Amino acid sequence: MALRPPALRAGHLRLLPVAVALVVAAAGLLGAQAQAAEEDSDPLGYVIDPAALDDPATVADGAELFRVGCVSCHGPGGVGSPRGPGLTGAGAASAHFYLTTGRMPHTGASDEQAIRKPPAHSPEEIEALVAYVASLGEGQAIPHVDLAEGNLQEGGDLFRGECAACHSATGAGGALSFGQNAPSLDEATPVQVYEAMLVGPGQMPVFSPTAFTEEELNSIVLYVETLQNLGDPGGFSLGRVGPIPEGFVAVVVGTGGLMLVVFLIGRRRTGEAEPASQPVRPADTVGAGR
Amino acid sequence: MTSEEAVAKATPLSRRTARWLDSRLGAAGFARKALDKVFPDHWSFLLGELALWSFVILIATGVYLTFFFDASVEEIIYNGSYVPLQGVEMSRAYASALDISFDVRAGMVMRQVHHWAANVYLATTVVHLMRIFFTGAFRRPRELNWLIGVGMLIFSIVNGFVGYSLLDDQLSGTGLRIAHNIALSIPVGGTWLASLFFGGDFPGPDLIERLYVIHILLLPAVIIALLGLHLALVARQRHTQFSGPGRTERNVVGERVWPTFAAKGTAAFFLTAAVLCALGGLAQINPIWLYGPFRPAEVSAASQPDWYMGWLDGALRLWPGWEIRLFGFELPTPFYPSVLLPGITFGLLALWPFLEARITKDRDEHHLLDRPRDRPLRTAFGVSTLAFYTVLFFGGASDVLAVTFQTSVNALFQAFRIALLVLPPLAGFVTYRLCQELARRDRPGASTEAPRVAPAASDDGADNRRQIEPEDEPELDPASTAGVPRG
Repeated sequence: MALRPPALRAGHLRLLPVAVALVVAAAGLLGAQAQAAEEDSDPLGYVIDPAALDDPATVADGAELFRVGCVSCHGPGGVGSPRGPGLTGAGAASAHFYLTTGRMPHTGASDEQAIRKPPAHSPEEIEALVAYVASLGEGQAIPHVDLAEGNLQEGGDLFRGECAACHSATGAGGALSFGQNAPSLDEATPVQVYEAMLVGPGQMPVFSPTAFTEEELNSIVLYVETLQNLGDPGGFSLGRVGPIPEGFVAVVVGTGGLMLVVFLIGRRRTGEAEPASQPVRPADTVGAGR
Repeated sequence: MTSEEAVAKATPLSRRTARWLDSRLGAAGFARKALDKVFPDHWSFLLGELALWSFVILIATGVYLTFFFDASVEEIIYNGSYVPLQGVEMSRAYASALDISFDVRAGMVMRQVHHWAANVYLATTVVHLMRIFFTGAFRRPRELNWLIGVGMLIFSIVNGFVGYSLLDDQLSGTGLRIAHNIALSIPVGGTWLASLFFGGDFPGPDLIERLYVIHILLLPAVIIALLGLHLALVARQRHTQFSGPGRTERNVVGERVWPTFAAKGTAAFFLTAAVLCALGGLAQINPIWLYGPFRPAEVSAASQPDWYMGWLDGALRLWPGWEIRLFGFELPTPFYPSVLLPGITFGLLALWPFLEARITKDRDEHHLLDRPRDRPLRTAFGVSTLAFYTVLFFGGASDVLAVTFQTSVNALFQAFRIALLVLPPLAGFVTYRLCQELARRDRPGASTEAPRVAPAASDDGADNRRQIEPEDEPELDPASTAGVPRG
């Protein structure tokens, strides 16, 4: 009676290139992780020149772009519509945040959460649109981020106390009710993090300068930047979302791999000597009672 | 030089050592017998060995970690080499765990191998348990060893939880807070129990030290004692085997311990060590430096327990918010999913051999294993149970799944609640039909086999052995109504 699957001797050799490929891929990924962040002319992520927003010509350009791409939801002159909020008083920080993170223009249903994607507009267009929205009424200006003013340790304490409940302590993001989520902060630039705290996009509360000092806001931004650039000293990060992927790796890769190992070493090979048979008691003969 | 010395000089040192030991301990006879022992050869009999070797790696790495871990909740200012936490106030326990990760030579890899080994140890234990269950290896005379195994599983799960709760980071503190609330939810005595174990209100000043003693002394000692018993009973009662040509209830067909089985065991050890070290060296696990020191007022999104506790977390999340008052006592919501459910789970698991013997009225000794297909009801029940706990596990991962797959966590809760009721019976039914189909296909080939022999209950000699008539024991004869359980 054949309890064992057919012999898989060739499988040994077939596994070798797979193992080699895995090792090479692992080395490559580790190397990529270790690569230093490349030089950037705009490390804080301004994209535009905030000082140029007062130019009437830029505002006029923005009004033109607004009539093309934004008016169907935000209404003529930004007064709002059933499909989108009014923008009078939204301010430059809000427009800058939504346009540079690609959350506007919104592509999903109007009650869906806007998600981060590559910006739809060029930096010049974003500059014009931000200038136009800023001209609609008083609002938060684009903040001046000064990482040197921040304190990393204080930023960590504030982040774990105020932000981790939704964005998770690692900044990987987390679920909110009914399909909403607090997004991952992996790609957020310092200016965007600062702006998000000022304007409170989506479900996020506003952390205004009356709640936090500028120094504290800068500290949080510094901590988020550090989280992004910290690297993972333990190896592959597994997404930094805690024990769920860790358990998956332990069960599927670790235990699954070990089961494959005992399958390979545990099955008897063809051509081997006949198996030994031992009666339970020396007095018994093998197969007695047949 | 006397002639005696000359003889001694000509004999290899290894042989002289063996003789020296034998003349004092009489060990040669025992060793010869042990090495001559025949172990049946099926790859799945090595699954338990994976758990054993993972446990050995756990002990080895754990001992290294105890040299550097400081189980104290005294608050200090961290001054180690992890910059983002320099100057932050934290407990000595958390600070020493950071030191192990960043300042102790090989500390990080030891910590990670230890944690991966814990996860893999419990996973291989569960796979081993599944093998025992689905092949009916727990039947008489091995019920005691089944109970010992279930005991080890429970103690190991608890020790795993206690282990990652020691570090006093934000994630482990969140887990301990939940454990505290579970203890509080026990009616009548819960408040006392929680206060007694946690040393007052949560988080008490003694908690970490108590957990440390439990983690490195109490539970390992209990597990090692049970492990010794477990292995001794396997040797004493001999290992089960699958039926096949020449294999009967009264013999063992396979490989002798020396050299074949010993070589396989050694290979299994080194390969287990290799896989665990590869995981520990390449894949980051439990990055406590990102979680920060435990502050009772804070919590992070995506706070999950390790996988072997995941089903409990899932049960807590999926259970509806029922509160009942009975005889003046409150039965709080967490009681059902986190006290009653594990009670039923491990109670049923422990009593299974006795329940099955009662249902099937099969109280004979069994040394030949069932193939899962030959016991479709048991197999279906097992798969159904696995489906139940798998759904619970995914329920515990619902917020991570919601973010990963861009869907609503509320919708997932409803989906998992429905799946919890629908999937287990469905999986059981499909398994039952698959078993029947597989058993049916086996029939023509299997009918040529010699009738098998089972010893009588008294089992004191050849005279008591009897031929088993097919109508007497239908599951032993695949040619008849294979797949219909007895009783």
